[in-house]
Amino acid sequence: MGLPEVLSYGFVQRALLAGSLIAAVSALLGLFLVLRRFSLIGDGLAHTTFGSVAVVLLVGVSPFYVTLAALPLVMISSLAIYRLTSSKKIHADAAIGIVSSLGIAAGIILSSLSGGFNVDLFSYLFGNILTVNRTELVLSLIVFALVVAAVVYYYEDLFVVTFDQELARSMGIQTGRINVVLFLLTAVSAVLAMKVAGIMLVSALLILPALTALQLSVSFRTTMTAAVGFAVGAVLLGILFAFVLNLPAGAMIVVFNIIFLLLVGGVRKLCIGNKA
Amino acid sequence: MPVIRVEDLTYRYNGTEVLSGIRFTVERGAYLAVVGPNGSGKTTLVKNILGILKPQQGRVELFGRRIEDFRQWEKIGYLPQRLSGLNAHFPGTVAEVVQMGLPKKDPVLLSDTLDRMAIGHLARRLIGEISYGEQQRVMLARALIRRPELLIFDEPTTALDPETRNIFYELTQELSRKDGATVVLVTHDSGVVGRYAQHLLYLDKKLIFSGSFRDFCASVDMEGFFGPASQHIICHQHDSKGSGC
Repeated sequence: MGLPEVLSYGFVQRALLAGSLIAAVSALLGLFLVLRRFSLIGDGLAHTTFGSVAVVLLVGVSPFYVTLAALPLVMISSLAIYRLTSSKKIHADAAIGIVSSLGIAAGIILSSLSGGFNVDLFSYLFGNILTVNRTELVLSLIVFALVVAAVVYYYEDLFVVTFDQELARSMGIQTGRINVVLFLLTAVSAVLAMKVAGIMLVSALLILPALTALQLSVSFRTTMTAAVGFAVGAVLLGILFAFVLNLPAGAMIVVFNIIFLLLVGGVRKLCIGNKA
Repeated sequence: MPVIRVEDLTYRYNGTEVLSGIRFTVERGAYLAVVGPNGSGKTTLVKNILGILKPQQGRVELFGRRIEDFRQWEKIGYLPQRLSGLNAHFPGTVAEVVQMGLPKKDPVLLSDTLDRMAIGHLARRLIGEISYGEQQRVMLARALIRRPELLIFDEPTTALDPETRNIFYELTQELSRKDGATVVLVTHDSGVVGRYAQHLLYLDKKLIFSGSFRDFCASVDMEGFFGPASQHIICHQHDSKGSGC
């Protein structure tokens, strides 16, 4: 099957577009999270998403609206992680661990109550971007616009808070508000990323493009652009290869993200070696 | 109207009192040195003045406004002792860091500020890739680029070599004398503060002394408190420059 034929399918077009939008959003937010040492928040929120999806399925929400319906619970969980972290008595990794394990436990109990794991829940565990529906595509577009607008509007504040939170406070920046915005957008992004890579691999979309871009050692804006570029590239290649080779798209997207990381890291090492 | 007014400030960490009943004012154009032993609450005081910490008792005013209502943060330039959260992989260039938080970027202003700190050649380097001394210069450039009226330096010369340290102190004096900036310098270099600061605040959880450097050196009470040797160490450098106390 040739590329033009693959691209002619409506579901492939939807997958490529939605996947690119979600990956771009995850990469943008991921850079701030990685630099703030909140890399594992994606994992935590993904596990919470598992619990939230179980709640939504138990209530009997139509599969078309599961992503949308799971959002409020995941956003609340994200704020819970932030609140726990802000208390200063609990480190970020421990706070993520608490909310994460609660999410998974809730998911397992609720699945059990509903008569055991069913196909729907498994589809969220491993994701399938090729099944993205129109509602999710529209949601991806809205979230993309929202995140880009927030990053542009709060860019200066996000930059300073990421650089040094205390310094940001001394400049009169409302660090609490910036953190809440970042955590809420991450929650929305994690729920959507679940569709692309599955709950098991959500954090990969947040972490890997940012890590790859950081290997370039370039300015902040260029790093952000590069992270988005790597993320979208991995999604496009991942989906196309998955379709042609009949392999899971989510896993293929992660594989391409890792290939980019290894390639860029390798080239960087070579360059440093040549300079030395 | 004083630039800083602190009234009955008390602050506790986990129930332990770190600052107790602190009260002082800093007038416009003054150069104040804040000294005291380790753990005396100097940095906590600075963080309360800057709104990083909220006073648990008492009040802080900046430029006549309560810290809770203060909004003119561009009037303040702050240089922390060290960056608490700087990630070594942070991808910001020196130019980006110096201009951060500025609503409008001005290349000429940037270039002038970098040149003043002798770091123009570092503009495109990443902040995590330069030495600690260079990072301090970058942070000083960041504090100065808005041409602030109040400069607060929290132990800025820690880990700087003696030459860079002297350059830094000379610069703070220039900012105070030529630009008319109000300077608050928290330092351990008690032997050199008298060269530059006209006022001294000695802190040890409580306010031990607040007044002019000359009064401090002449004070019999302070001699009794510190012993003549310690007081001499603080005042000695002032004497050696010939401006006497």
